[in-house]
Amino acid sequence: MSRVPCAIVGSGNIGTDLMYKLQRSPLLELGAMIGVDPDSDGLARARALGIDATHEGVDWLLERADRFSIVFEATSAWVHRQNAPRYAEAGLQAVDLTPAKLGPLVVPPVNLAANLAAGNVNLITCGGQATTPIVHAVARVCDVPYAEIVSTVASLSAGPGTRQNIDEFTKTTSSALVEVGGAAYGKAIMVLNPADPPILMRNTVFCALGDGYDRDRVGQSILDMVAEVSRYVPGYRLKNEPVFDEDLFHTPGGEVKARVVALLEVEGAGDYFPPYAGNLDIMTASAVRVGEAMAGAGA
Amino acid sequence: MTPRFRLTDSTLRDGSHAIAHQFTVEQVRRVVKALDGAGVPVIEVSHGDGVGGSSFNYGFSHTDEMVLIRAAVEEATQAKIAVLMVPGIGTKDDLRKAAEAGARVARIAVHCTEADISQQHIALAHELGMESVGFLMMSHMIEPEALVAQARLLESYGAGTVYVVDSAGAMTMDDARRRVAAVKAAVSCQVGIHAHNNLSLAVANSLAALEEGVDQIDGCTTGLGAGAGNCPTEALVATCEKSGIPTGVDPLRIMDAAQDAVRQIRPDMGVIDRDGLLLGYAGVYGSFLLHAKRAAERYGVDTKAILLELGERKVVGGQEDMIIDVAVELQRRAAAAQNAG
Repeated sequence: MSRVPCAIVGSGNIGTDLMYKLQRSPLLELGAMIGVDPDSDGLARARALGIDATHEGVDWLLERADRFSIVFEATSAWVHRQNAPRYAEAGLQAVDLTPAKLGPLVVPPVNLAANLAAGNVNLITCGGQATTPIVHAVARVCDVPYAEIVSTVASLSAGPGTRQNIDEFTKTTSSALVEVGGAAYGKAIMVLNPADPPILMRNTVFCALGDGYDRDRVGQSILDMVAEVSRYVPGYRLKNEPVFDEDLFHTPGGEVKARVVALLEVEGAGDYFPPYAGNLDIMTASAVRVGEAMAGAGA
Repeated sequence: MTPRFRLTDSTLRDGSHAIAHQFTVEQVRRVVKALDGAGVPVIEVSHGDGVGGSSFNYGFSHTDEMVLIRAAVEEATQAKIAVLMVPGIGTKDDLRKAAEAGARVARIAVHCTEADISQQHIALAHELGMESVGFLMMSHMIEPEALVAQARLLESYGAGTVYVVDSAGAMTMDDARRRVAAVKAAVSCQVGIHAHNNLSLAVANSLAALEEGVDQIDGCTTGLGAGAGNCPTEALVATCEKSGIPTGVDPLRIMDAAQDAVRQIRPDMGVIDRDGLLLGYAGVYGSFLLHAKRAAERYGVDTKAILLELGERKVVGGQEDMIIDVAVELQRRAAAAQNAG
C-alpha cells in the first residue's frame, strides 16, 4: 500500500518536530515543508533530509494541491483562519495544530474515530492533549462538575506564537475540558518556567467529583488512560498515584465534597527540541496519530 | 506638598493570599473607605493571583471579585481602583470585566523572565483607557542586567510603569537597590517597588529604592499579604513622615485604618514565623505559604521540608500544583523509609 502524501505548513518548532516524526510513519509520506522565512532552521533541516522545502508560503502548496491529501497546520491561529477555507476548496484535509479551533477538537484516545471524516480537525493545545484524556477518564466513570488544569512548560520551549497568544491557549484548552473531556465547567492555566536546566513539561489535572463517585473506579480509569496515551506519547506518565482529597470545594460547577488530582509529566522524544519539551512532543505525536488514522480511513 | 512617590495599597489583592481569598463585600467597603479617607491614591482589589485567579490551584474566591471591585469603586471618593492580572491565569475577558466594573489601573504581572507574554494585555489596558503597569515578579531570581532587558520590553509594549517585585521577600537592601537603580537608569517610564517582609526588610527596601529614584511604592496595611506579609503601609508612611518624605497620606489616619479596618481581618499579621522567614531565605514565592501549610496538614508532612524542596526545584509563581506534588512525594518517601526501617 502506498503511503498517503502530506505537507506541513509552518516551519517553526512544532512543524520541525512533526517533520521528524512523519519521517518514521509507515502510513504517511511527508512531501513538503512550507514556511515563510527563507532563513528558517526548519526549512534548512527539511532540505537536508531531501524534502521539498519552500519559503513561498501556502500559495506554493495550493498551486500543487493535487499532489497532497493531508496538510498539517503548524503556524498560528490567525494564519490558520486565513488558510483553512483555501485548504477546504483545494480538497485538502487539515490537521490543525494551532489553537484556531475551527474544526472539531480531537484528542486521539477520546474521539478520534468519530472525527476521521471531518475536513478540518483541531488538536487544541499541548496542554489540552496532555490533560483532556484524564478529564475524560474521570468523566466516563462519574460526574465531573468542574475540571481545572495547570500546564507548566519550560520557557525555552514556548515559541513566539504561544507567547503572543497565551489567552488562546487558556481559552481553547478550557473549552476542550468541557467539550471533549466531559466536565460541566473547565478552567486552564498556563505557566512558563525558566529554570536552567529546563524542566520537563508538567500537567496537573484537578477534577471535582460528584457525589457517589467510586474511588477505585476513578483511579483505575485514570491509570488505564495514562497507559493508552503513553502508547503514542512514550514519555507521558503519572508522577504519583492519583491523589484523592476530601474537603468542601466551592467550584464554579457547584459545591463538591471531593476532588482527584492527577500529577503528570511529559518527556519528549527529543526529535527536534531536547526531551524537556514534552509539550512539543505530545502535540506532534498526536498529530501523527490523527494523520495516520485519516490515512487508514482512506483520506 | 507633592508626594515623593505614588503609593498603591494592595491589602485587598495581596492580602487576599493571607486569608485564602475569602474577602467579603463588607470588608472591602470598610477597608476602601478607611484607605481612601487617609489619602491613599491607588487601591488594588483582586483575587491574590489576579483577576480570574479563583481556582482549585490558588483557592476559590469567597465572593466574585468583580462584585468586590464594584463595591470598592463605589466606596472610593478620590482613590483609583487597580486590578492585578497574570497572563496564563487570567484572560483579556477578565480585564474587560474589571474595566467595566470601574477599575482604572491594570497591573499585568509576569515572572521576571517572561515579559513578552504580556504584550496583548498591556495593549488591551490602553484600549480600555486603563493605566498600565508591568509587574516583574520574583525579580530577585535574575541579575539587574537581565531585569533591565525585561523592563525595556514592558516599556516597549506601552507600560506606563515597570515594577521590581520581590515576590519571595528574598531581597537584601543591596539587592533591591541594585535592581531598582539599573531599571531606573534604563527606562523612561516610571519605576515601582513591591516588597515583602519575609526578611523583615520591606520598609527598608522600599526606602532604599526611593533613594535610587523609584516613583511608586506598594504597601499593604498591617502588611496583610502573602508570606510573612508586605511592606506595611502605615509603617512606611510613618517612617517617611519622620524622614521628611511627603507621601500624601495622613500618618495617623492610616494607622487608624490599619488598626480599625484591617487588623481584625487577620490579627496575627506581621509576625515573621519560621516558615515566613524560610520563604525569604530560600527564595520561594510568598503565596505558597498557606498552601504549603495546608498540604503539610493534609498529607502529614513538614511545611519546612515542602518549602525547601520548592526552593530547590526553582518553581515560579503560579506553580502551586507543585506543592501537592512535593507533599505527596515526601509522604511517599516517608512511608518507604518506615517500611524499610
